[in-house]
Amino acid sequence: MEQTEKVVNTKTNFQVKSRKSLLTPKNVPYVFIAPAFLLILIFTVYPVISSFILSFQEVRGLEKSFVGFANYSRLFQDPVFYKSLLNTFQILIVQVPIMLFLSLLIAVGLHSSMLKGKAFFRISYFMPAITALVAASIVFMILLDEHFGLVNYLLSFVGIEPIPWLTTPFWAKVSVILVMTWRWTGYNMVIFLAGLQNIPSELYEAASIDGASKVKQFFMITIPQLKPVFIFTVVLSTIGTLQLFDEPFILTQGGPNNATMTITLYLYEAGFKFFDFGYASAIAYVLVIITAIISWVQMKLVGDE
Amino acid sequence: MIHSKKISSKLGIYCLLIAGVVLSIAPFYWMLVGSSLPSGEIFRLPPKLLPGDYLAKNLQSLNESLGFAKIFWNSLFIALVYTLVSTLISSMAGYAFAKFKFKGKNLFFFIILCTLMIPSQVTLIPLFEMMVTFNWLNTYQAIILPTLASPFAIYLMRQNMKSVPDSIIEASRVDGAGELKIFFTVILPVTRPAMAAVAIFLFMSQWNSLLWPLITLNSKEMFTLPVALSSLIGMARIDYGQLMLGTTLSTIPIMIFFLLLQKHFISGILGGAVKE
Repeated sequence: MEQTEKVVNTKTNFQVKSRKSLLTPKNVPYVFIAPAFLLILIFTVYPVISSFILSFQEVRGLEKSFVGFANYSRLFQDPVFYKSLLNTFQILIVQVPIMLFLSLLIAVGLHSSMLKGKAFFRISYFMPAITALVAASIVFMILLDEHFGLVNYLLSFVGIEPIPWLTTPFWAKVSVILVMTWRWTGYNMVIFLAGLQNIPSELYEAASIDGASKVKQFFMITIPQLKPVFIFTVVLSTIGTLQLFDEPFILTQGGPNNATMTITLYLYEAGFKFFDFGYASAIAYVLVIITAIISWVQMKLVGDE
Repeated sequence: MIHSKKISSKLGIYCLLIAGVVLSIAPFYWMLVGSSLPSGEIFRLPPKLLPGDYLAKNLQSLNESLGFAKIFWNSLFIALVYTLVSTLISSMAGYAFAKFKFKGKNLFFFIILCTLMIPSQVTLIPLFEMMVTFNWLNTYQAIILPTLASPFAIYLMRQNMKSVPDSIIEASRVDGAGELKIFFTVILPVTRPAMAAVAIFLFMSQWNSLLWPLITLNSKEMFTLPVALSSLIGMARIDYGQLMLGTTLSTIPIMIFFLLLQKHFISGILGGAVKE
């Protein structure tokens, strides 16, 4: 109510003082959202709808014809598509927990021990997060070379045989996970660090007075207090991983034997290598549905709080 | 006894943290060294740990094979224009959503929030068709326009604009300032930190973007840095010296900015998730 009154007031003021202006308090919000909103309508809303229609069509050159659910039924019989789904989820399930565990560990280490040079550590750990995924993938592609890479060279000192990082299905996935972890651990660490700094110190003081050990304090105070931050990082990493593209595209081009084929990489190949637009749109919509389901589940989990 | 135990555990944490720093930083050092070595030397074991004298030669061949100066310019121009315009229009929209009441506001905002949740991959195919229809393949606008209105930036600016007190807007109106003047001289100056964070976020996402430019750009002289680098990998004989130098040159400018503005940078890249 208060706000409406204010708007009415300003309107009279405005009309008295500047009659010539084309912008009035009544139209100004529309003018201000117009550029952004028109761009979103043209370049996001229209394509989202168009893509949905396309997923029920077959595109041959300039000809489009409706084929019902043919693209989808083809998709569900396509072993490569299943593989891309499986790969994406395997990477998700292994990479996200490892990375978040490391991030939390570093954040707690930095936060708890009153270290000197905290700023230095924070900058250093954050550094990978400023590099392009393409750049990170290129550097690791060279580091992970089976015969002449630095990583295998260093591993040879502890007696480990050369690992075929990029050329066998299992290790190729490990390599993708490695690059993702290098790139994103510091990023999540900084989020955790901020979360840790927001926990009121009185909680710890009270616990110390009650005689709770450091370990107990960590599990009884730190972990529960960090829960919202934790959920945030899980949601962010999950959505990012579902859209994984750059790393496998550069490191392994989806190989060997489709071991690092991801949903987005497969969409890219269907759309822009084979120009199978209907099929690619169906893949895109499966991605939308998966993302929606996972977001819904995660929202439910948060909602319980 | 207790004291020395404390010191040794602190030392242990220090060592682990420093090991982590080495793992984070070493690839950068390796990249720098590699860019000054000829292709063959990069794969020599034991590895060279000091820079070589091949930097100029790598730069020359990089320029010959890619026209690197033009590619660097493409990336810079696209990212700068994109950042400036996108920051401005998302601030405008954020301001309208935060400080005005108008018909359809909730609907408009709901649509924008919806687009925030949808994976952008879904737009790729129709956008590509659109670019073909407009004859926009291999143009700057094809890269800049589709993501110019960032729902995320709008959302962030709205959140920040909300904390601007209504009274200063009222006061300017009473003084007879026009709406545009209020926006540019009252609102924007007080939300500068948020704008800086949004601008850094937008710049980085454009500078590092691969998938969409890869789809729309196929002529060499229009390539952006990530597309150009990925094209080097596709070559039959990869020149690793060139590749390392290209990677270095695409990373160094960002690194310098980061070291200069690190607080803004961290909150920018985290998309305002962390308040500094």
